[in-house]
Amino acid sequence: MADPMKIRASAKDGVTEVKILMSHEMETGQRKDAAGALIPAHFITEVSAEHNGRQVLAAQFGTAVSKNPYLAFKFKGGAKGDKLAVSWVDNKGDKRTDEVQIA
Amino acid sequence: MNLQRREALKAGGGLGLFGLLAAAGLITPGQARAEWNKSAFDAKTIEETLKALGASAPANSADVQITAPDIAENGAVVPVGVVSALAGVEAIAILIEKNPNPLAASFVLPAGTEASVQTRVKMGQTSDVYALVKVGGQFLMTKKEIKVTLGGCGG
Amino acid sequence: MHSIVQAALAAATFGLAGAALAQGSTMDEIAKYREMLADGNPAELLEAKGEELWKKARGPKNASLEQCDMGLGPGKLEGAYAQLPRYFADTKKVMDAESRVVHCMVSLQGFKEEEVTRNWYSKPGRDSDIEALVTYIGAKSNGEKINVPARHPEEARMAKIGEHIFYRRSGPQDFSCAICHGQEGKRIRLQELGNLTTQAGAGTAMGNWPSYRVSQGAVWTMQRRLIDCMRQARWPEPKYLSDSVIALEVFLQKTASGTVMQTPGIKR
Ligand code: HEC
Repeated sequence: MADPMKIRASAKDGVTEVKILMSHEMETGQRKDAAGALIPAHFITEVSAEHNGRQVLAAQFGTAVSKNPYLAFKFKGGAKGDKLAVSWVDNKGDKRTDEVQIA
Repeated sequence: MNLQRREALKAGGGLGLFGLLAAAGLITPGQARAEWNKSAFDAKTIEETLKALGASAPANSADVQITAPDIAENGAVVPVGVVSALAGVEAIAILIEKNPNPLAASFVLPAGTEASVQTRVKMGQTSDVYALVKVGGQFLMTKKEIKVTLGGCGG
Repeated sequence: MHSIVQAALAAATFGLAGAALAQGSTMDEIAKYREMLADGNPAELLEAKGEELWKKARGPKNASLEQCDMGLGPGKLEGAYAQLPRYFADTKKVMDAESRVVHCMVSLQGFKEEEVTRNWYSKPGRDSDIEALVTYIGAKSNGEKINVPARHPEEARMAKIGEHIFYRRSGPQDFSCAICHGQEGKRIRLQELGNLTTQAGAGTAMGNWPSYRVSQGAVWTMQRRLIDCMRQARWPEPKYLSDSVIALEVFLQKTASGTVMQTPGIKR
């Protein structure tokens, strides 16, 4: 089971700022384990953020995004108490969705 | 996740995240549902990547900025942001010239989302980093060199 | 004067002073780099995980850690880390945050000590519950003043032992902690070593742990920091939770008392 994300979303002057930390190894597929065997690639490929059900960002990641990916962005609108949901899926089909209220 | 979906994802076609979200009722079909752009992420040079993104010969532009330190202490975690004051930016991509596959991440910005994204990327060595921006159907680009030091001795 | 390393340290200090200009901007850019990482410190993920582990019923006794006494009473975490290590009457020992959490995992949850300490630090692909728990507990002292007066006789004794270890030279290189950490402005290449014998120096060194280390891409606890420094001093590596490590912590926390904690931190 994937660990929870840490999402901060705060609205100010009509703009909502979102900062997300995702818990993921982001294996490149180029690293070797102690026995010298290649560790297969395992990485988040797609991320989507929705504000009250409307998509506000769609991202695609490659293996070059760092371990425990960080993503920050801003969108117009959003008010305190609104729902902001973030979902990701990785190349093995694991996925995770977390939701916060905008502060 | 049911097996069928897993298989569909493995096959590379399938629903992708956005199909899944739509199926779960989280977003309505018709919202951005581009599939993971395998050919762009697999490309080995900047030129190939731009081509795979449909962005051959983007113009250099001072209206696109990269926010990143000149020096990263650890190439495994390099903060890179892209901002633009231009209105109507539709998409942003971050490319790292000297990585085995230059494309690190791409973003689709629905209307109302500002042209300001930040993430953290891995860099194998000191390299130029490119920010590509799509606005009004056109592509603009800028670059910045980021030096990578793996840090001094000891722990 | 001693050893190659002192010469090397001197060379590093003066060599770099010669390149002061270039170095100044380098330091600025590195500060900018760390600032960008501090907003969204990866340690916050571990903190969230630690909170989950703290509250979840686990182990043979299927209990949570919410009744664990970190020094201020069962379940009271606010400010507890800033007052550790301290003497605990129930174990009749001076314990730091890590040894106390392990004690609670054993006594409250029924885990075996060997079991919970096996992964006392993380590696790629191998998480450490202790690291997560200590990051969570540490964060509960964010903004608190370090306060380890070491008044209890056992605490005072440990502070003395810690001080002794800090200054005593030993090992194949005849190193002491003080050789690297006993003066202002010393550095190895670009790494400032910090003068751990002053309140300000010890404060900077102690108040940010547990800390995300950008060079390691991982959070380190104070035990790990100190055990690694003993390795750097070419001393035999102590076992996890050893009294020698806790004694050094008492000495350093006592020196740092009065400075404010900012944790989880970001370090090189
Ligand atoms: C060979 C030199 C050397 C010796 C000997 C040494 N250290 Fe260190 N110490 C370092 C280096 C290098 C760092 C990391 C500095 C950095 O990464 O910026 C460090 C970091 C630390 C820190 C964290 C400082 C901070 O700002 O967060 C503490 C605490 C510490 N050492 C304690 C000790 C103690 C206690 C001893 C004796 C057991 C010791 N060190 C021996 C070189 C040394």
